[in-house]
Amino acid sequence: MSAPEIEKSDLVTVTIDGVQVSVPKDTLVIRAAEQIGVQVPRFCDHPLLAPVGACRQCLVDVPDAGNGRGFPKPQASCTLPVADGMVVSTQVTSPVADKAQQGVMELLLINHPLDCPVCDKGGECPLQNQAMSNGRGESRFSDDRNRGVKRTFPKPINLSPTVLLDRERCIVCQRCTRFADEIAGDPFIALIERGAQQQIGIAEDAPFLSYFSGNVIQICPVGALTSEQYRFRSRPFDLVSTPGVAEHDACGSAIRVDHRRGKVLRRQAGDDPAVNEEWITDKDRFAFAYAQADDRLTYPQVRDEDGTLRPASWPEAFAVAARGLAAARDAGGVGVLTGGRVTVEDAYAYAKFARATLGTNDIDFRARPLSGEEADFLAAHVVLTGPDLGAVTYDDLESAAKVVLVGLEPEDEAGAIFLRLRKSVLAGGTEVVAVAPYTTRGLEKLSARLVPTLPGDEAAALTALGSELDAATVVLAGERLATVPGALTAAAAVAATTGARLAWVPRRAGDRGALEAGCLPTLLPGGRPVADATARVDLATAWGVGSLPEAPGRDADAILAALAAGELGGLVVGGVDPDDTADPAVTRAALGAAAFVVAFDLRRTEVTDSADVVFPVAPTSDKSGTFVNWEGRVRPWEAALRNPASLPELRALSGIAAELAALGVGAPLGFRTVEEARAEMEQIGPWDGPRATTTDNSVTTTDNSATTTDNSATTTDNSATTTDNSALRLATWKQLLDNGSMQDGDKYLKATARTPVALVSAALYDAYGPTVTLTGDRGSVTLPAEIADDLVDGAVWVPANSVGNGVLADLASPGSTVTISGAEGVHG
Amino acid sequence: MATNQLDDTTLAELREIAARYPEARSGLLPMLHLVQSAQGRITPEGIEACAAILDISPAEVSGVATFYTMYKRHGVGDYHVGVCTNTLCAVMGGDEIFARLKEHLEIGNDEVAVQRQGDSRTVSLEHIECNAACDYAPVVMVNWEFMDNQTPESAVQMVEALRAGHEVSSTRGPRLCTWREAERVLAGFPDGRVDEGPTAGEASLAGLRIARERGWTAPDPAQTPAVEAKESEA
Amino acid sequence: MSTLTPVLSDTWDAEQGWKLSTYAARGGYDALDAAFAMSPDDVITAVKDSGLRGRGGAGFPTGMKWSFIPQDNPKPKYLVVNADESEPGTCKDIPLMMGNPHVLVEGVIISSYAIRANKAFIYIRGEVVHVIRRVQAAVAEAYAAGHLGKDIHGSGYDLDVVVHAGAGAYICGEETALLEGLEGRRGQPRLRPPFPAVAGLYASPTVINNVESIASVPAIVKNGAAWFASMGTEKSKGHGIFSLSGHVARPGQYEAPLGITLRELLDLAGGGRAGHQLKFWTPGGSSTPLLTAEHLDVPLDFEGVGAVGSMLGTRALQIFDETVCVVRAVLRWTEFYKHESCGKCTPCREGTWWLVQALTRLEHGQGSEADLDQLLDQCDNILGRSFCALGDGATSPISSSIAHFRDEYLAHLTHGGCPFDPARSTAWAGREVTA
Repeated sequence: MSAPEIEKSDLVTVTIDGVQVSVPKDTLVIRAAEQIGVQVPRFCDHPLLAPVGACRQCLVDVPDAGNGRGFPKPQASCTLPVADGMVVSTQVTSPVADKAQQGVMELLLINHPLDCPVCDKGGECPLQNQAMSNGRGESRFSDDRNRGVKRTFPKPINLSPTVLLDRERCIVCQRCTRFADEIAGDPFIALIERGAQQQIGIAEDAPFLSYFSGNVIQICPVGALTSEQYRFRSRPFDLVSTPGVAEHDACGSAIRVDHRRGKVLRRQAGDDPAVNEEWITDKDRFAFAYAQADDRLTYPQVRDEDGTLRPASWPEAFAVAARGLAAARDAGGVGVLTGGRVTVEDAYAYAKFARATLGTNDIDFRARPLSGEEADFLAAHVVLTGPDLGAVTYDDLESAAKVVLVGLEPEDEAGAIFLRLRKSVLAGGTEVVAVAPYTTRGLEKLSARLVPTLPGDEAAALTALGSELDAATVVLAGERLATVPGALTAAAAVAATTGARLAWVPRRAGDRGALEAGCLPTLLPGGRPVADATARVDLATAWGVGSLPEAPGRDADAILAALAAGELGGLVVGGVDPDDTADPAVTRAALGAAAFVVAFDLRRTEVTDSADVVFPVAPTSDKSGTFVNWEGRVRPWEAALRNPASLPELRALSGIAAELAALGVGAPLGFRTVEEARAEMEQIGPWDGPRATTTDNSVTTTDNSATTTDNSATTTDNSATTTDNSALRLATWKQLLDNGSMQDGDKYLKATARTPVALVSAALYDAYGPTVTLTGDRGSVTLPAEIADDLVDGAVWVPANSVGNGVLADLASPGSTVTISGAEGVHG
Repeated sequence: MATNQLDDTTLAELREIAARYPEARSGLLPMLHLVQSAQGRITPEGIEACAAILDISPAEVSGVATFYTMYKRHGVGDYHVGVCTNTLCAVMGGDEIFARLKEHLEIGNDEVAVQRQGDSRTVSLEHIECNAACDYAPVVMVNWEFMDNQTPESAVQMVEALRAGHEVSSTRGPRLCTWREAERVLAGFPDGRVDEGPTAGEASLAGLRIARERGWTAPDPAQTPAVEAKESEA
Repeated sequence: MSTLTPVLSDTWDAEQGWKLSTYAARGGYDALDAAFAMSPDDVITAVKDSGLRGRGGAGFPTGMKWSFIPQDNPKPKYLVVNADESEPGTCKDIPLMMGNPHVLVEGVIISSYAIRANKAFIYIRGEVVHVIRRVQAAVAEAYAAGHLGKDIHGSGYDLDVVVHAGAGAYICGEETALLEGLEGRRGQPRLRPPFPAVAGLYASPTVINNVESIASVPAIVKNGAAWFASMGTEKSKGHGIFSLSGHVARPGQYEAPLGITLRELLDLAGGGRAGHQLKFWTPGGSSTPLLTAEHLDVPLDFEGVGAVGSMLGTRALQIFDETVCVVRAVLRWTEFYKHESCGKCTPCREGTWWLVQALTRLEHGQGSEADLDQLLDQCDNILGRSFCALGDGATSPISSSIAHFRDEYLAHLTHGGCPFDPARSTAWAGREVTA
């Protein structure tokens, strides 16, 4: 996507320090100066925040404002837009500007404490740097003659469990309060007091709880804002900062992984204007300690005849795995569940391993509730699309007149999308419409128009919206729609008839890449349909194998059901949590019943505990890899840490494939490293033949026997505000911060999670609150209740993984209903 | 006094204030005056109530409540005595008055004097900035009513009268009411004292008196010399 | 020789002058009918032609300010009266609102009519409860009498007025900070552009005017622009209230044509204290550079005072005789600016913090002459570099006092402290004091 050509007439010519430069109209002088290599010192200015002109550090002399007259006094270059013919003299050529800047710098330093030796920011501090470049060497305030007294504050204070404030260091640039208010929409920090006592503060008992709070630490130009997680832990000059990609969602946010001597010490946002600009969620920023947890797997394990799992060497593990898989294959077959956190390269390895080595199409990356309709939808509408081919991008969200969210709560599930949508809404010109059960905090911050929809009714709601959608609309469909029969089909249909553009937003970083790499029972790598003989031949040729299995495979639910029933013998499983799957009980039964299980994981889990062979896998910091984000944008990174024992999955798969080939089963993988995998994928290339078309899924799903999708118990009659004990539709999704295992290890981050509550209507709260018990087909959960004012009648919302083992394990099957009753107060 | 929730009447009045304006948030300054009237100071409950009514965060309300000097986070006396110590009043004697009152009340700046046995009212003391009565210097304000032309002695007598519960009137205004009652007036709820006190104090009339003595008036409009219609000042 | 010209103060010696009945008996609200007989644009022209300049200190031509309102802008227009009188020495708006609130109300109605505003706000500093009572009551009386509300005087014009109490912040006298306070925020000044005329209150076209400016409008409309312009000087037309305070026999409010001199005013006010000499004075409040006895004959209009390096400001004439220590006076004003600094910008927030410490040391006789020059350098780094004029105002007393009284500063250094006796300057100095 290229930016619109800038017309010559949109350019304005100014002279800065004698150098002429032409810039677009409305460019600020400080930005224009940067274009010719002049760095005017600044603190409150930030390219992504509205200018305020508060710090006065960026003062420049303007001898000609473009109208022949100069400004009588120096101007703040961060608030002054260029004018044609303007003449500007910065500190480079103007003694007045230089003195003014030195004066401001001197004043900034009179109350600023000499904390550098104990301040986290030292070494990467804009105040230090600019004091050196644009300030004096000596203080006239603190010298013996003046004996100035600085104002002090007791320090530090917690603005939140994760963010600390040293008030003395603050220069009141207001970047943090402006970010919190403008960008995140969470104005829970504010300027308080007045004059030199002015400081950042929170209201009593109202900490700065925002999913994006960590960004203020990064943009603070001094060491006033620090994180509990990183405070006093390192000096920036000891750190190596490696670019990376966030692994917690499908946004593909650019991050920086800062490490020292083999250990990741902190993460920051990377600068990527096309994707996440300069912001990341707190989960992206702080949740990386999971990779250093005590239960991290560091060597392969093999189960002995006596049943104990014991350490093994890699070669032994390869051999044992190969023998077991060969036997399982003969005894009925092997299924492959990759999980959604795999890199593209590892996913490709799984996909090839399944087809070329195991000879099966029984592979699925979806470790959560799914449907055949979804697989068809992905094959027809999602795979092979990308920014270069006209897919919806972040920039498109900004230019869309309307964005419809269905099955997606962006603040919880895709933070970078949320921030971009909010940016666009605030700029005017974009309306957000949400097909959802109630207006969440995130939707409120987007000024979204709610189309109140019961879970399960999204298809009809979308279709009804059709009349107001057009080519200037973007529809974002979340992965939750997989369990709503007809919803994804309706989304595709609405897009087709109205010209609206459609994008699918999964939850996990590896989901989209796994789709592209062929981890679906109906799709081979590169989007090649299994059902298309030409495609199979094309791939087989490229792989150098005779043929590829032609029957479409089982999806994840079918694989698990078949294992539980003894129809499949073996399982190759990556990072999958049984509690995330559509039927955790069936998943566990499958693991127990399977004759042979090879597990790959980062940490010890119940899955690895039940496996026959366990292989440790490298976290994202230890390996090069690639994620594909929801846009279809390819996001590669290189390993930050070098750990010879920490290997990507593809290495182990390669080893097993080699052993299997030696046993006469299938072909070797053909690559052992990430680089080799990338090269091979590049060579294979995307499928350029006809795409799969969706079968007719508008009425019923294909048989996903593992899940009951019987919604017939509830009618769509929501006229009464139900206070009786009839069934309520269960709305649920995972909050950004919850019991997810990738958030383990950072207690400060955990303390910022939202309190789990059940959201009910006012009538239900009055009848059953303040604490309620919900009962579904899998059990009961008791939670404090809160009223959601516009919650659609007949629904209740609970967070999917904030209490116990999560909703799927403890409460209800996907798409089913629950009943409500009052409970004794359990929570505070 | 224990912190407590605002009662329904106060909440209704807070909403009434907000409703006077095209945009509700404009009501925040008078709303905080009402909180002070109801609770004796700015309380966390008051902040939260205003935040909830205006749909802004408590942090934003705290920012406003801590910016303006009339908002007190700690209690003040029934009568809050402000001595102007800005330059003109200070020079004219305000410094001495403030020093004398501190000594007499045995407190420092922005503190409440101990209520002695026999005192039916309490008094607090603060030095304040120019209160726009410089022609009456040195000026003392009591609950933001003018007590003009004070001396150390008159100031001491005044605070003693206040503590004893005697009725004290402003030198050119009404009988003094309590600080909380005054805050209610500031919130926009009149208290019926508007017609007490003169039209103007003596100093305010200084120029007018001379004009009357000398028969000076503004020009007679009927006698305005004819001037050509001229361009207005560029 | 100037005479006094009571216009706004003309009713202050009436019984219950604040009541509508008193105001109406003297022709009050006749001007409103005269205004309704004109088109709004003609009212603007009349105010322009009168030469009225803002009476809140800046002296910007009022009619011109009104004409900046873009009438084709679809947003509602607002009139805001700046009644936040807090500039040290300024004390004219308070007695005006206390004694004759109706002339302000009538002025508000006519001015709102002229700019096509249907909602007006009077932002009064909170520290003057009785003034707020009087203005609230005047507005209520005006509603009851049909001067406010719908279809005023059958003109088809509607106007609502809200009286709004501030809560203690000098900075809210700055027009954009006032708008912030009126919007329920911290009173920190806003970036300009956009200017309030285009995007002011609620981002809508807004005129902000001082109390005295608005109160001057009814007489202009009733008596004509030429009548107003017949007073004052060539570029500073009309009448203004001059506030005399400090070491003067009869401090108070003196309404006179612009251009009168301090000598003339002191003469009317009975001169300074017997046996004392004028030492220094402010023409327009503490933010205006100090003047001395040299300047007794300077015409007190915008040009005259500007020509001698100061500003007319609000005509707040604070008079100090030779018993007053300049350093003490300046230090106290500097503490004021430090207390009132909103904190938004570095030069004012940090600068006033430092200026107070530097001046305190000098007042205590610590330091050397080099410190005086350093103090001037600090002022140079604040003046014109801060976000708004508060920073500038903070430097005025310092730089002007050093210019006129450098030796007095040096005397503190040689004396090891202040050589003045503060008791000699008090209001009761030399009087018998009863216990």
